[in-house]
Amino acid sequence: MKRYNFGYYFGEGFRSIFTHGLMSFVAVFMIVACLLIMGSFSLVALNLERELGNLERDNEFLAFVDESYTREQAMELQSRIEMVNNVSGVSFTTKEQAQEDYAAKYASDQNAALYSELPAEVFRDRYSVHMEDLSLIQETIDAVEAIEGIDGHQAAPEVAEGFVLVRNVATAVAMILIVLLLLISLFIIYNTIKLGTFTRREEIAIMKMCGATNGFVRGPFVFEGMILGLFGAVVAFFCQWGVYALIAQAIETGETFQLITVIPFGEIWPKVLGVFAGTGLVVGTGGSVMAIRKFLQV
Amino acid sequence: MIRLLDIQKTYDNGTKALKGVTLNIEDGEFVFLVGPSGSGKSTIIKLITGEEHPNAGRIMVNGYNLNSIHPRQIPYMRRTLGVIFQDFRLIDKKTVGENLEFAMRAVGASTREIRKRIPYVLDLVDLSQKEDRYPSQLSGGEQQRVAIARALVNNPDMIIADEPTGNLDPQRSLEIMTLLEKINELGTTMLVVTHAKELVNRFTKRVIAIENGRIFSDETGGYYKHEEI
Repeated sequence: MKRYNFGYYFGEGFRSIFTHGLMSFVAVFMIVACLLIMGSFSLVALNLERELGNLERDNEFLAFVDESYTREQAMELQSRIEMVNNVSGVSFTTKEQAQEDYAAKYASDQNAALYSELPAEVFRDRYSVHMEDLSLIQETIDAVEAIEGIDGHQAAPEVAEGFVLVRNVATAVAMILIVLLLLISLFIIYNTIKLGTFTRREEIAIMKMCGATNGFVRGPFVFEGMILGLFGAVVAFFCQWGVYALIAQAIETGETFQLITVIPFGEIWPKVLGVFAGTGLVVGTGGSVMAIRKFLQV
Repeated sequence: MIRLLDIQKTYDNGTKALKGVTLNIEDGEFVFLVGPSGSGKSTIIKLITGEEHPNAGRIMVNGYNLNSIHPRQIPYMRRTLGVIFQDFRLIDKKTVGENLEFAMRAVGASTREIRKRIPYVLDLVDLSQKEDRYPSQLSGGEQQRVAIARALVNNPDMIIADEPTGNLDPQRSLEIMTLLEKINELGTTMLVVTHAKELVNRFTKRVIAIENGRIFSDETGGYYKHEEI
């Protein structure tokens, strides 16, 4: 692209935005609305993903050590368990500690005395095994149990499966909504630019007759779409920021959602801005290229 | 230079517009193309500018073989042509200067080239004082002179004028035709499509007469004498 063409494209594209002020406003408004809805769903999905991730990390299964193993032999198993695929962390608990934990857990129970009097021999040395991917729980249990010296386990795979199901549904819903809203944005910007090209079809015909290449004719319209897309993205970003901050504040101060931790916007804003700007650019450029195609056949 | 060899053109609706047209226009010539409505004049222009393609025959325009030209080369072929229309086709919301700048921008001219060329061309068509006027502020004759300036501004090898005086009174028509003659004398080949019999008769130029898609008269140095057209 020649340097002076760049200035021309930008100038013409910018001027055209004001010439078709109402349609430009509608396009920006729709881009903002679509990005805002898309962004909100994505951020909900992101928070849900983070929350589920935390719950996943808290989810563990217990691998019991063979009772015939001495304490030293039992502790030597840790490095072997850590080498199993999908294991993210392992902690060793002696049977004495397990007994104390058990007693503490039921300290407020009416039969607390009964629980606290249980001898440590009833318990076994055990490992708490944390996983990276909860959906692979069964494979991980099998692999840990295959280690010599591990004798039995305690897990709740149905809880893990529940987590995985919720996460997958949330991701699928977010993806469908994102694709749908992207298509809507694309359609709107396509129609805005198409209207612009229609009102300027005479100019386009003159340009073509003068010997303008398709790229040159397309240039101002593509820039117009890019400017609209980017402007819409920036406006949507600030709106998203405001909406997110309000919701985060409501969750943090409310009593209903006390267990939920919202990701601070300061932590995610570069990603949000990047995705919004990228989406705005793609939608703006794509919409204009599609809209102008028909008018280039002169 | 234009070469049309045995051109045939039938539109999708079945209309046979050209039935074997052969003509040559050399560099520097001034040629009138005359004929009644529907005779095939506009089709010839569309074929020369690459808007339409023939069903049969060969076309060469300023060194470009339009039978085998790649679509990407068509803009470059068009830069060798300047086209003038009956309805001027100026952009109303741009000034005279901006209309010319628009045509130069279309071929990728730099701001420096534009600033140098526009005053020269406006002077040639005697509109130096009207560079900042809008088309609506000009008379019909002046608007057509702007259109001529626009056709000239990219320094084409040939100008094609499609009924350039169709919307003008006899006095303005004569002025426009005289201007086209002056431009031709400066070296630009001129192909003028017109209905204006009296006007053609006032200039001693080559006249190609077409009817029913066939050339029936091509007289160099002659005049438009076929009153039956």
